Amino acid sequence: MFEHYLSLFVRAVFVENMALAFFLGMCTFIAISKKIETAIGLGIAVVVVLTITVPVNNLILTYLLDEGALAWTGIESLARLDLRFLGLLSYIGVIAAMVQILEMVLDKYVPSLYNALGIFLPLITVNCAILGASLFMVERDYDFGESLVYGVGAGVGWALAIVLLAGIREKLKYSDVPDGLKGLGITFITVGLMSLGFMSFSGVQL
Amino acid sequence: MGLRNFIDDKVAPHFHEGGKFEKYYTFYEMFDTMLYSPDTVTKASAHVRDGIDLKRVMMTVWFCAWPALLFGIYNTGYQANLQISEFGFQAIPGWRTDIVAALTGFDQTSFIANFIHGAVYYVPIVLTVYIGGFIWEGLFAWKRGHEVNEGFFVTGILFSLILPPAIPLWQVFLGISFGVVVGKEVFGGTGKNFLNPALVGRAFLYFAYPAQMSGDAIWTAADNFSGATPLGMAAAGGLDYAAGLTGVAGTSAGVDLTWMQTALGGIQGCIGETSTLAIAIGAVGLLLTRIASWRIMAGVFGGMVAMSLLFNVIGSDTNAMFAMPWYWHLTIGGFAFGMVFMATDPVSASMTNTGKFVFGALIGVMTVLIRVINPAFPEGIMLAILFGNLCAPLIDYFVTRANIRRRLRRTGGLA
Repeated sequence: MFEHYLSLFVRAVFVENMALAFFLGMCTFIAISKKIETAIGLGIAVVVVLTITVPVNNLILTYLLDEGALAWTGIESLARLDLRFLGLLSYIGVIAAMVQILEMVLDKYVPSLYNALGIFLPLITVNCAILGASLFMVERDYDFGESLVYGVGAGVGWALAIVLLAGIREKLKYSDVPDGLKGLGITFITVGLMSLGFMSFSGVQL
Repeated sequence: MGLRNFIDDKVAPHFHEGGKFEKYYTFYEMFDTMLYSPDTVTKASAHVRDGIDLKRVMMTVWFCAWPALLFGIYNTGYQANLQISEFGFQAIPGWRTDIVAALTGFDQTSFIANFIHGAVYYVPIVLTVYIGGFIWEGLFAWKRGHEVNEGFFVTGILFSLILPPAIPLWQVFLGISFGVVVGKEVFGGTGKNFLNPALVGRAFLYFAYPAQMSGDAIWTAADNFSGATPLGMAAAGGLDYAAGLTGVAGTSAGVDLTWMQTALGGIQGCIGETSTLAIAIGAVGLLLTRIASWRIMAGVFGGMVAMSLLFNVIGSDTNAMFAMPWYWHLTIGGFAFGMVFMATDPVSASMTNTGKFVFGALIGVMTVLIRVINPAFPEGIMLAILFGNLCAPLIDYFVTRANIRRRLRRTGGLA
């Protein structure tokens, strides 16, 4: 069992890295990766959000939305329902609520990080990496334990990628990039090359 | 000093300000400084000057790659001649074979024949690499107004040495173009990139043309010949490690392969990676001149040994790679070449001393990890170094942070 979870975790972090293998969550990934400190902060925020939302969404799926999920109510007409078409709506709702809470917590306890993240903190709500993890969870039929591990893994993978990118971008500050490529252009090339480096994990059998 | 005077009197005026070819000063400057040290040096006091400049550094690395290069040429020819004259394979038809047949024939016992046969494959590759690199490097230098840099000599020779011998030349050109342009020049040239350009080019080719860059058929320049590299044999469970260092380890393919063979060379593989001994000679040169960091090499080596010992202990019934001892990991595949020439690239490696150990160890561990548990890639050193390059800035960041914290504690936080 433990080995199964470990392999799931390693796969989520490295092999199926949210940012570098699926290119999810790119807007925040590119925008908040100029400084390592902020990147670490955002990375932790994403890990927290993913760790909570993926298992919570898993519970919602299993006990509310899935076909026959409402059987626990004992009411037969409810047990027949298949509410999966409400999936997207409820996942986003959970994520939005989570991010709102996280925002308040950061505002209260880590105001410097709160200010540094700025608009991108509420935007975690619509970060495709977060919703993507929940949807992958649904697609791959993870149970509660698996979705918890997957949530943590996906978050750590994304956080690792953004911190690595921030490290590289701090180094690239001293580079002499052609005018046309300055800013976003060179960052996209950088991310592409990082993804090339992460290819080393593709195909790992665990 | 006839040449110096000739350049100064006859050539230089055309390229300096007001001359006919003023626009092409970059190219003049490149050839001039290739031949002589630049005469424009800082004249004011309070400057420490050292004979070692970027040019010397690069040239030293370049010379240190020569043992591997020469052996690579010989071995390319030897492998091809061996298959042709011993086992009845045909040489790949074309002008290369015509030249070899006309000059020496395909005798694998003759040193000259092997060398010529290797050279007809290697020389076009290296020419393509340098021409391709020169075009891009020159274009960027000319348009962007920086100097053409000797870093390119090193990138070029290293890139040519990590290619399989029978690779089509247009792929060589494509690879070096990608490596030089995307791996280096878009970031502003030598010293400003974050990945090793030679490896970027190689990785690009590897993923773009897997059929020509991996598998069994590409390592020997003989027609229709297909034979696994020692690493491929090992992955298939064909190597028997019990025979020790000098004994003959039988393989399932019915070929005898000893550890000494993999250490000295004479096996299949990319052009420059086969002989660990030749690479070691280069490594001694690099370490004596202190051009390459011994910390990185020690880190890579230590990480590799630790990880392979760990896998030896874990063991596996299904995966033969778990049992491979570290001294085999060292000699087969591109590990030695990557450790000595690629990982030590000062631009893309970690800068801090502690960071260099960590950076090296990460590469060593990753290499063995990829070799053992990733069946998609038989060889791990290339991707491991690229991954290490990605992590290098972050490693430096944490090392400097830790240092700042330590010093703050020492001064009681007053500083």
